[in-house]
Amino acid sequence: MASPTPSPSAIRWQDTALHVARAIRRRVLEHVIINNGGYLSQACSAAEILATLYTRIMRLGPSQAPLIPKPFPGVPGASNPQAFTGADYHGPKGAAFDRFIVSPAHYALPLYAALIEVDRLAAEALEQFNKDGSTVEMIGAEHSPGMEVTSGSLGQALSQAAGIALARKLRGETGRVWVLMSDGEFQSGQTWEALQVLAFHRLDNVGIYVDVNRQQCDGSMSDVLDIEPLDERIRAFGATVFAVDGHDVEALAAPAALPPAHKPLVVLAQTNPWQGIDLLRARAPKLHYVRFSSAEERQRFADLLATMP
Amino acid sequence: MNLLTRVHAQNLVDWARDRPEVVVLSADLTSSTEIDLFRDTYPERFFSMGMAEQNMMSFAGGLAREGFFPFVHTFAVFLYRRALDQISMSIAYPNLPVRMFGFLPGITTPGGVTHQAIDDIATLRTLPNMTLLECGDATDVETVLDVAQAIDGPVYVRMLRGEIPRLFDASDAMRLNQARVLSVGTDITLLSSGICTEEAMRATSVLQARGVSIQHLHISTLKPFDDPAVLHALAQPRYGVITMENHSVTGGLGTAVAEMIAEAGLARRLVRIGLKDTYAHGASRPYLMREYGLDALALVRQVEALLNTSLDIDEDDLAAIRLTQVHSVAKAEAL
Repeated sequence: MASPTPSPSAIRWQDTALHVARAIRRRVLEHVIINNGGYLSQACSAAEILATLYTRIMRLGPSQAPLIPKPFPGVPGASNPQAFTGADYHGPKGAAFDRFIVSPAHYALPLYAALIEVDRLAAEALEQFNKDGSTVEMIGAEHSPGMEVTSGSLGQALSQAAGIALARKLRGETGRVWVLMSDGEFQSGQTWEALQVLAFHRLDNVGIYVDVNRQQCDGSMSDVLDIEPLDERIRAFGATVFAVDGHDVEALAAPAALPPAHKPLVVLAQTNPWQGIDLLRARAPKLHYVRFSSAEERQRFADLLATMP
Repeated sequence: MNLLTRVHAQNLVDWARDRPEVVVLSADLTSSTEIDLFRDTYPERFFSMGMAEQNMMSFAGGLAREGFFPFVHTFAVFLYRRALDQISMSIAYPNLPVRMFGFLPGITTPGGVTHQAIDDIATLRTLPNMTLLECGDATDVETVLDVAQAIDGPVYVRMLRGEIPRLFDASDAMRLNQARVLSVGTDITLLSSGICTEEAMRATSVLQARGVSIQHLHISTLKPFDDPAVLHALAQPRYGVITMENHSVTGGLGTAVAEMIAEAGLARRLVRIGLKDTYAHGASRPYLMREYGLDALALVRQVEALLNTSLDIDEDDLAAIRLTQVHSVAKAEAL
């Protein structure tokens, strides 16, 4: 991937990515304080992944969707031509453009925040979050901003992305298909079925970024159902695997710059679920959905927000 | 009445010749679902997905989003039972044109309970956006692809393979949501689907010879299910309605007919022939059809019950008019 043209006034891409990551975290924290709940730890762990994907890795065209999302147009169906897709926020489909499939649909809030920070969505869009009749849903579906497929139950998106990737290969398209996954999805059998097919059919136009925050709904994955050594397991399934610091934007971006080599690419982004919001640490291992236990706790997070850069 | 072999295998190859957007997915049952000829003819459009149906269904959804038409082939049980969530979320919700071919419907396999799809219609009928088709003979198999491909959304086809009879004229193509009228009459309205239609035809010819007036419709579209001709036929009979299906009586054709009768406010008795809320086991098709009351003789007995009379019909009368040769050759019913 080409480096930005150096010039005295140029902002380093790393600085842009880090700026976006901080803004994602801050915006999600603000939203969680206002709403007294939300998927906050996912923003902490995935902020740099999302920021690096949007600002450095993915080749996307300009958004085709309104900054303020349209209301829910009804479910897709032969009799509903009004149905639309949240992929429009990623620009037009084109042979050279990349695609972005978000697998853990409960990462919707960090995803919306990321779209806001890269100017694909208005900040006011979050006022529609989880409101009746809105597409800015708490758990994203394919009409939600930034979503392309309905990915629940967890574990289905990688297979869908693989089908999209095969179609693009058949058409000779050069654009890649990026998939954001959560590590808990590697407990699902379908994920391994998908990896088998990706490797066997040499779908090296798929790149998977995994937010390895080692948390799941019931608590720490090491207590619920450990899946380590994840890197060795995935490698054994025929993928190229990199394990990187998930908060280091250069380390995150480097594997994506390598030329595809007949294997699917998996980047295990090792993350911290309270990165940037150390207050969350006290809540471990209950980090899946943050709901403040008292007004006092909520105030402590609000005080922290006021100090965040 | 002649018996044909591997109808789908050749038909799919011919049909797909000028349709490059049609791709075929296999879950390790390539010859068992008659797509080996397709694989050999168009290897660039054939994709082996392995014994992994959940991925295959979601993968098909991804392909369909990109403008391809995935034709998914496997045994029906592995399709709807194992990968129901994937069909629902990766295919049916987004209304994608995935064509799913489920083989070995009902008790057409000696593979036993693990291989017998006895509640696929019941299960998939509940999914919004789904269209459900069932083949009853070689003509249905040859013409179902056109019907399926015309649907803007997912289609499940309850498919037949191996040796299958031709009951309907080869030029009489299957039509969406349009029953085939096989006989007209006023005593009994009989609706049959799938392999039960052949049995029903055997029985109706004898019953008619004994003076029973039967309106017999072959149902190939199980969803949508609002054919005006069916509603009309349900309102006609003096004695009642009989449904006959190679499926559980819960949730399939019999249930769809019951719903239609009730919603239309028709005062008609309904007898449902099918698996009576039971699993089956591994045995030959004729044995299972007799054992579970899905064959021509079972229909005769139900007609006698509705008419409250004995028609003095026995096995010999029915055997005398076999519509096809006995299904015995090769692996037609094997795995």
